[in-house]
Amino acid sequence: MKYAYFPGCSLESTGREFGESTHLVADELGIELVEIPDWNCCGATSAHNLDHRLSVALPARNLGIAESMGVDVVAPCAACYNRMRGAEVELRGNTAMRDGINADLEKPFTGAVTVKSALEVFTAPEMLENVESKLRKHLKGLKPACYYGCLLIRPPKVLGFDDAEAPRSLDLAMETVGAEPVDWHFKNECCGASFGIAKSDIVVKLTGDILSNAKKNGANCIVTACPLCMTNLEMRQGAAGKLRGEDLTMPIFYFTELLGLAMEVPGVKKYFASHLVDVNPAIDAIEAVTV
Amino acid sequence: MEIALNSEEVKQISPLGGSVDPGFKREIKDTCGEDVMSCYQCGECTAGCPAAFSMDIAPNQIMRMTQLGMKDEVLASSSIWLCAGCETCATRCPRGVALSKVMDSCRQIAVKEGRKVKEPNVLKFHDQFLKEVSRFGRVHELTLMGMYKMRSKRFFDDVILGIPMFLKGKLGLIPSFVKGRGEVRKLIKKS
Repeated sequence: MKYAYFPGCSLESTGREFGESTHLVADELGIELVEIPDWNCCGATSAHNLDHRLSVALPARNLGIAESMGVDVVAPCAACYNRMRGAEVELRGNTAMRDGINADLEKPFTGAVTVKSALEVFTAPEMLENVESKLRKHLKGLKPACYYGCLLIRPPKVLGFDDAEAPRSLDLAMETVGAEPVDWHFKNECCGASFGIAKSDIVVKLTGDILSNAKKNGANCIVTACPLCMTNLEMRQGAAGKLRGEDLTMPIFYFTELLGLAMEVPGVKKYFASHLVDVNPAIDAIEAVTV
Repeated sequence: MEIALNSEEVKQISPLGGSVDPGFKREIKDTCGEDVMSCYQCGECTAGCPAAFSMDIAPNQIMRMTQLGMKDEVLASSSIWLCAGCETCATRCPRGVALSKVMDSCRQIAVKEGRKVKEPNVLKFHDQFLKEVSRFGRVHELTLMGMYKMRSKRFFDDVILGIPMFLKGKLGLIPSFVKGRGEVRKLIKKS
């Protein structure tokens, strides 16, 4: 299986562990990821805030290049995935806009390829069977609060992946590797992603709600599939704890890191050192059960 | 008794005292395709909105005000800039209206008309983000943060939090350039 890989800006910097662990897990599962050559930024929140056409045009260039590669796109970052998939759907339906944008592209997009998230690719039923067959270590004792956030599942009309109100894909992946995901209430609530820099007080409030609810429901870590959620949940823990008067210290993982850990993919453990919040309390909770 | 009616006197006045623009709902529809007249004020959007606590006008009130043509009040609100774009409202609306798109339209109209923005730093951030895309074709996070700090004059916000990120190698020093920057700039210019 082969995909055109769209890293996006975050996976080259703040979310580096997510990009690299995605590659390691894909290799292990026999999925070939070929980076879209000379990709550009998807425009993220800023483009659709200020200019609708631009929010479609920026992803269109990447979609055109991917189409020339002849394979579907995988974009692990939730924001990139949401924008790329949104643009794909709009370009399919709005021929006037598609023709206008294509006129400026070296490689036009005609709708021959589609965009998926890494979560969608890795949690497809046959992939989870594949993970199960390669399992070397049960993550029993790990009690993750599976956090989907917004952009991986909403709006469902456009994305068409998982259930927007009661998503299950991440929980299924964690159950597959023997972890014990907790039932909690904030799995699809927003962390305030795009306000990370300009309105950090909003982010502190929202991440505080999320961390506190995960803790109350017995989680010993949060698992995410979004680099913006990761940054907010790690960076704002201290301030959120102070705001709520609670100890909100909680390790945060990318789901790809935990898939890698359970399959004992070489090299995956090194990413734990680059987390801003110490992940060892959660790792230590894993009972030593080898398959 | 004779009453002289000139155009000034018959001009509709909104409940908050501003003038009314009945064309506002049409303008929104033209920008994003959403029909605000479908809204029947159930309040589901406000109930699920994660950012409503920080807004000066609640999301469902924004919808009602767009129906009434209260353009000045809506575009001067903090709400349109504090919508996080999480799409919860669009997912849950029983009338199928994407308020998130209406919020996008309001921001776009406010910028196009050069209106005074209640949350200038949010706009500065987005504007700087797109400048970075235009310059590099991608966003270099360290440059973006530096430029945003210069523009917003919030030099010391989060510097302490940024240090461990930098030390852990999460903030690269050297930006990567897209070779097809010219193509990207053309897309930006045409939009």
